[in-house]
Amino acid sequence: MSGRKPIRWHIAVFLAPAVLVYTAIMIVPLFGTLNLSLFNQTPERTKEFVGLANFGTLFGDPRWSDAFWNALGNNAWFFVVHMLVQNPIGILLAALLSSPRLRMAAFYRTAIFIPTILSFVIVGFVWKLILSPIWGIAPGMLDVVGLKSLFAPWLGKEDYALTTLALVSVWQFVGIPMMLIYAALLNIPDEVLEAAEMDGITGTSQFWKIKLPLILPSIGIISILTFVGNFNAFDLIYVAQGALAGPDFSTDILGTFLYRTFFGFQLQLGDPHMGATIATAMFGIILVGVCIYLFGIQTRLRRYQF
Amino acid sequence: MAQARTSTGRSIAAHAVLITYTLIALFPVFVILINSFKSRKAIFAEPLALPTRETFDLIGYTTVLKQGDFFGYFQNSMIVTVASLFFVLLFGAMAAFALSEYRFRGNLLTGLYLALGIMIPIRLGTVAILELMVASGLVNTLMALILVYTAQGLPLAVFILSEFMKQVSDDLKNAGRIDGLSEYTIFFRLVLPLVRPAMATVAVFTMIPIWNDLWFPLILAPAEAVKTITLGSQVFIGQFVTNWNAVLAALSLAILPVLVLYLIFSRQLIRGITAGAVK
Repeated sequence: MSGRKPIRWHIAVFLAPAVLVYTAIMIVPLFGTLNLSLFNQTPERTKEFVGLANFGTLFGDPRWSDAFWNALGNNAWFFVVHMLVQNPIGILLAALLSSPRLRMAAFYRTAIFIPTILSFVIVGFVWKLILSPIWGIAPGMLDVVGLKSLFAPWLGKEDYALTTLALVSVWQFVGIPMMLIYAALLNIPDEVLEAAEMDGITGTSQFWKIKLPLILPSIGIISILTFVGNFNAFDLIYVAQGALAGPDFSTDILGTFLYRTFFGFQLQLGDPHMGATIATAMFGIILVGVCIYLFGIQTRLRRYQF
Repeated sequence: MAQARTSTGRSIAAHAVLITYTLIALFPVFVILINSFKSRKAIFAEPLALPTRETFDLIGYTTVLKQGDFFGYFQNSMIVTVASLFFVLLFGAMAAFALSEYRFRGNLLTGLYLALGIMIPIRLGTVAILELMVASGLVNTLMALILVYTAQGLPLAVFILSEFMKQVSDDLKNAGRIDGLSEYTIFFRLVLPLVRPAMATVAVFTMIPIWNDLWFPLILAPAEAVKTITLGSQVFIGQFVTNWNAVLAALSLAILPVLVLYLIFSRQLIRGITAGAVK
């Protein structure tokens, strides 16, 4: 090889469009938002550098911090419900679907994935109608099994609304962990499973002892995708409960809080700088979560190569 | 014998669980669809009954089609989704090819830079994106949405596609080079056709969030002429909260196109997701 290679222009041509669009629309605005959070609007409508004062207001001023901690707590609960309900159900369904010689597997796969392709608008309204005490589908169905006394207008009660919405979101997205785990289970080589069968490990114990350890990395990826998705959620709450995230802010999560702050609602004026501050806080939360996963969990997961 | 009996028992149990969950998944959609064809009285009297000759009524659909420009919304959604998908797949595949094929300084760094977007949601940049679109006069245009969705879809596309492109045989590409093909021809003629299953996967994962997004249409393009179907049905349903026929019909109209597309492509989709996993 000669000492100096010619510049390979085609590499630049291949990379340029993606890097340019991504940088201009995603990275620059992201830093723009971080930057905006360091400024404030003066009464003369000019920008004024205030350093970290906006964060001081967000975490310290009770008018802001109460709403922020409320939204963060609700968001954490939203995530916990997904981790405890969505992912185990997804893994169970995938494990059942991947069992060999299961009939109608294609039908089940197709049907269970249907909610995932629907938009939040549809999902939000459909469940609002079904749970509505006016229409009476939910109370009617509970009546059939003799549990009518259990019915309550769940979306209208402060104690239940958030959990109900989290379960609706679980209903919608269970297809994603199901599909990813399903693909991971199909990836396990037959020889491994045959060896297990020779040793007398079959059925449920085969799942716990052989398959589960092998799909742990996929479960890790699903967990982090769930985390990012949940702390970025907005649409379902907005559609079902509006920007005010009622009743009495009990379903307010960071996404709706950001929307209300940035654009204003009813009597409150929109405030781009506080909006940017909340977005920056969300950025920090997601970054911390992702780092914990990447450095604390992912490096400890054992990977197997076949 | 005992072995056979337990395996039958187990398969019955598996079917029972799967059928139960399938019912849970489909029931809400089913209820909305059947009730959209019923008269107002029947919706409340017998919500779970199929429409009969007496209760059949299309009043909801006529109201919806008279009031909202649903075909316009649908067209906007199609334009935005197809255009974004095209750019994501083209730019994503090009970048993935560069990253997986060539060794150059900054390769790893560029890969990490592009992968950052998988973890950090683009919504957090909304405040500045809106300022950018206002400054460039793109507010209330479909172009604004296409740009945002292209940027949003690229990181995952590059990530998945470069994994798959690493599997394309080097011998094949080198044979092409010996025959005097340019790097561009190798990419478009040899590599792209071979990663088609991966492209299908990326297409689905990119398309669903774009089609269903409410956030960016609400903020960047809320005007009547550029409303997407998701935003359009949200606004429309909000106006007709008390007109149950119209709400149910609007929901059904929003569900049906996606449902039909999904049922047509579901086989392709499953194959894409489990690509490489099928033995």
